[in-house]
Amino acid sequence: MTTAGTNRIAGKGRLTPANTVRFTFDGKSYTGLEGDTLAAALIANDVHLVGRSFKYHRPRGILSAGPEEPSALVGVRRDAARQTPNIRATVQEIHDGLDAVSQNRWPSLAFDIGAVNDIGSPLFSAGFYYKTFMWPKVAWKHVYEPVIRNAAGLGTAPEEPDPDHYAGRYAHCDVLVIGGGAAGLSAALAAAESGAQVILCDEKPSFGGALWFEEEARLDGMDGYEWAQQTTDRLAVMDNVRVLSRTTAFGYYAQNFVGLVERVTDHLAAPEADMPRERLWQVRAKRVIIAAGAIERHMVFANNDRPGIMLAAAARTYLNHHGVAVGRKVGVYTANDSAYAAAIDLKKAGSDIPAIVDIRDNPDSVVVEEAKALGIRVLTGHAVTGAGGKLRVASMSVEPKNGGSAEVIPVDALLMSAGWTPSVHMFSQSRGKVAWDEESQRFLPGTYAQDCVSVGACNGTDGLAETVAEALDAGERAAKEARAKAKKSGVKIKTEGGGKWAGGMIGAGPGAGAGKVVKAFVDYQNDVTAKDIRLAVQEGMHSIEHVKRFTTNGMATDQGKLSNLHGLAIAAEALDRPIPKVGLTTFRPPYTPTTFGAIVNHARGKLFDPMRCTPMHASEEAAGAVFEDVGQWKRAWYYPRPGEDMHAAVNRECRTVREVAGMFDATTLGKIEVIGPDAAKFLDLLYTNPFMKLGVGKLRYGIMCREDGFIYDDGVVGRIAEDRFHVTTTTGGAPRVMNHMEDYLQTEFPDLKVWLTSTSEQWAVIAVQGPKSREIIAPFVEGIDLSSEAFPHMSMAEGKVCGVPARVFRMSFTGEAGFEINVPADYGRMVWDTLHEHGKPMGMCLYGTETMHVLRAEKGYIIVGQDTDGTVTPHDAGLSWAVGKKKTDFVGIRGLMRPDIVAKGRRQLVGLKVKDGRTVLEEGAQIVADPKQAVPMTMIGWVSSSYWSENCGRPIAMALVEDGFERMGDTLYVPMPDRVIEVEVTNTVFFDEEGGRLHG
Amino acid sequence: MLLIHCPYCEEERPELEFRHAGEAHIARPADIASISDEDFAQYFFYRDNPKGLTFERWRHIHGCARFFNAVRDTVSDKFVTTYKTGEPKPDLAEAANENKPQAKKGRGSK
Repeated sequence: MTTAGTNRIAGKGRLTPANTVRFTFDGKSYTGLEGDTLAAALIANDVHLVGRSFKYHRPRGILSAGPEEPSALVGVRRDAARQTPNIRATVQEIHDGLDAVSQNRWPSLAFDIGAVNDIGSPLFSAGFYYKTFMWPKVAWKHVYEPVIRNAAGLGTAPEEPDPDHYAGRYAHCDVLVIGGGAAGLSAALAAAESGAQVILCDEKPSFGGALWFEEEARLDGMDGYEWAQQTTDRLAVMDNVRVLSRTTAFGYYAQNFVGLVERVTDHLAAPEADMPRERLWQVRAKRVIIAAGAIERHMVFANNDRPGIMLAAAARTYLNHHGVAVGRKVGVYTANDSAYAAAIDLKKAGSDIPAIVDIRDNPDSVVVEEAKALGIRVLTGHAVTGAGGKLRVASMSVEPKNGGSAEVIPVDALLMSAGWTPSVHMFSQSRGKVAWDEESQRFLPGTYAQDCVSVGACNGTDGLAETVAEALDAGERAAKEARAKAKKSGVKIKTEGGGKWAGGMIGAGPGAGAGKVVKAFVDYQNDVTAKDIRLAVQEGMHSIEHVKRFTTNGMATDQGKLSNLHGLAIAAEALDRPIPKVGLTTFRPPYTPTTFGAIVNHARGKLFDPMRCTPMHASEEAAGAVFEDVGQWKRAWYYPRPGEDMHAAVNRECRTVREVAGMFDATTLGKIEVIGPDAAKFLDLLYTNPFMKLGVGKLRYGIMCREDGFIYDDGVVGRIAEDRFHVTTTTGGAPRVMNHMEDYLQTEFPDLKVWLTSTSEQWAVIAVQGPKSREIIAPFVEGIDLSSEAFPHMSMAEGKVCGVPARVFRMSFTGEAGFEINVPADYGRMVWDTLHEHGKPMGMCLYGTETMHVLRAEKGYIIVGQDTDGTVTPHDAGLSWAVGKKKTDFVGIRGLMRPDIVAKGRRQLVGLKVKDGRTVLEEGAQIVADPKQAVPMTMIGWVSSSYWSENCGRPIAMALVEDGFERMGDTLYVPMPDRVIEVEVTNTVFFDEEGGRLHG
Repeated sequence: MLLIHCPYCEEERPELEFRHAGEAHIARPADIASISDEDFAQYFFYRDNPKGLTFERWRHIHGCARFFNAVRDTVSDKFVTTYKTGEPKPDLAEAANENKPQAKKGRGSK
């Protein structure tokens, strides 16, 4: 006995006895060894009971020694925020201070109230939830669902945000090797020595795969595991190789794109603060070599889930790597040779092996003879029909498989092996089609869909020598295919030993209970028994996909690792159909559970989406702006003064602009420079308005339609020169308008000599609007005569503002005389600050988007996307004047002639005057002609814009109403939950109808 | 993530650089203002939705910004070929042969 657990065998294993580690499980402190998994350390301390099962709350132990573990799921917590549920104890490495807890039990692991489900289990068979809780219907929402949700699920998620960070890397290579056992290492070595760029990954902390437990295997004359470490070291120092341990290939996507996740800190006691918890590798490989190995299957018999019952190779891993004996009196139940090796290893290490129960009649191989020679009792043609004990296996019931009297043999551990399932997960994820191999009774890679190859156990290759030969050949071949200059690798590896694990069975063994209340588990994690699968078939599920969904077999993290073949075989038997006819369910990524953290990676918080700020942002912030999100932009919404709420601030801003002046940041507008001899012709085709005759130095409001005639965007276009235009778009429309223009230019009108450049980011735009706007900007403007005569409404000129080059537009989105000053973005803040400082004492205010919305609505100016919804034509919006009547072509010309577009009954944009003079309508509210009609009422339109107008002293609204233009003066109704609001239909201009102020 | 060969850049680039742009080889009628309602409906509204090879437009929007055409298999998601705007539809029999080498058979398919 050593300090690191009563089951630690002196002289066994590869760990250093002096390197002890303290950890806790369910609050109790234990000692393990550096290099132990939590599972190994718990077994060393004779703890087999580690959790409760999902549905029946049955006591569960440790089934495996790897990522396929379905039962030993625990919670691991570092601090309040770092609590990870459902960690496989067989994967989690221990470190000083590791704090693990069991799950799904209350009040304690040994005494769990929920285990009543096990007693009542006839009620909880497959399809239970589908069949029960159907009546009364209302009870589902208020009674059944909350109770079920509360009881369901295993671990508990932390409530605090994840404080860790996760790194991401993109990598390209010639050859990616998935899996670092004898096959993967050989393949990687051959590829690397051929000169290829190689990435080799393995999910374990150290390489070796089956060499972790396969003690007889020798490569190049040395112990197999030792060879694996030396080979890893040899690869790691090569410039053309990247070796990644603790790295799982979890997903295989199109064109050899493979996702790997590297666990960086979970095994460390005190990780440095700047280390990422995990690193996501997105690898694009020219060739992929899959060397994923095989997964040992359990035997399906009654109570095969009792703690202490485990896979035979897992027991070998615990003994040969960790130096831990899983029991002192170890029974073995097998259908295949590999379990004999486990029995032999344990026997030699001092454990008693009361019997090896082999379901085969005449097993014939060296290991069988060796076991017998060691004095182990071998019962062939026998089956284990049940296991005794509850919190730990205490006995096995053994019967001749074709019936006979049972013998109860006391044991404290029971090993099992039904054979090995090639891990075709990655191959299948690559969209390769598996094929059933009748002779060896397993699915193997059939037809490949991508540039990959499977080698070793995952390819059904048996034997160490065969595996290494196949892998070396594949490595060399992949290097040659990926790289024209690949050389011969010259790698030769000598092999000795290594088992050829013949035999195996799939499906349920005797005593797995067809009709009896017997639990012989096929899928431990989902508590699916052999009986459940038979029941599913009996109830009409004839496709394996239906059986899977009805029983949940192979779902969640199992993804077919342990349960698939057994479930399939039982279903095939019940259906009386051959296995290939029943089919196989699809393997889906991720191969093992992958954290959201790794997938989300850096894209969270501020890095989730870019935030766009205008050059004037800091000045606006300093002026007290409240910002709103407009797409990715932060836009100043309103500028409240002390004591003002939004309403008061907006009212003041609206008044000030009309009475004095206001300054507004319009930088977010999309801007496109259209250049070339055919620029005017191009714009003539893209906009409904005519542009050929627009004079240099003039502006024109333009509407852009799609071919169907619906408004796509709008904006002001300025002609800077005969062959040069400055086009503006809506803020949100900038990228799609550019795309739309490029599309037509490149594909429909490629002969036009035009070049398009997005200049949205290059110009800062400052709108100064109001009666005093000219007075405010005039002192800073050079080279432009700002008088109304020389520079009337809808003119533009180039000059200087505050000493920097500027394009000044005389235009207005407020209805006031105003200017929009474009300056190079880097000067935006300087110009803004200068104008602000000068204008402020003159009574000018800053105004935000809310005031901009109100002012434009007072004038009936539309906002595309608010007053239009993709079904509104220029005519519907009251903008017929903007459609060139003499034009013979423009995008949308034919769409506007469609029968439905010219028919009556279209929704048209009108103004609404609320009769009570004070109610602000809700945007989106529906409009009816007769409020007394029966519900559901006939809705004839909806409110698109609605505000309190301080300047009009009443609420204003715009709406899209059926035949709205013919309803001027009519009374319509807006029904709300608590009342009906009466409105009068008006035109859309609420303020300064003659437009005189524009020209002031 | 798919790799898409841009016929202008003449190299494969990741899917993130591209944007899909609808069915290919639908030319805007030169006399669009005078075509019938039926012809306009055919031009603007009706689209193929084949199971198998489809002709479609893509734009290398975060690259050279060019629109180009592609032939893609809607079942396997594989690009058979890409070609420049204005070039004729490729001969698919030839393209299919070129791009579909005999599927590699594994140990399981004896």
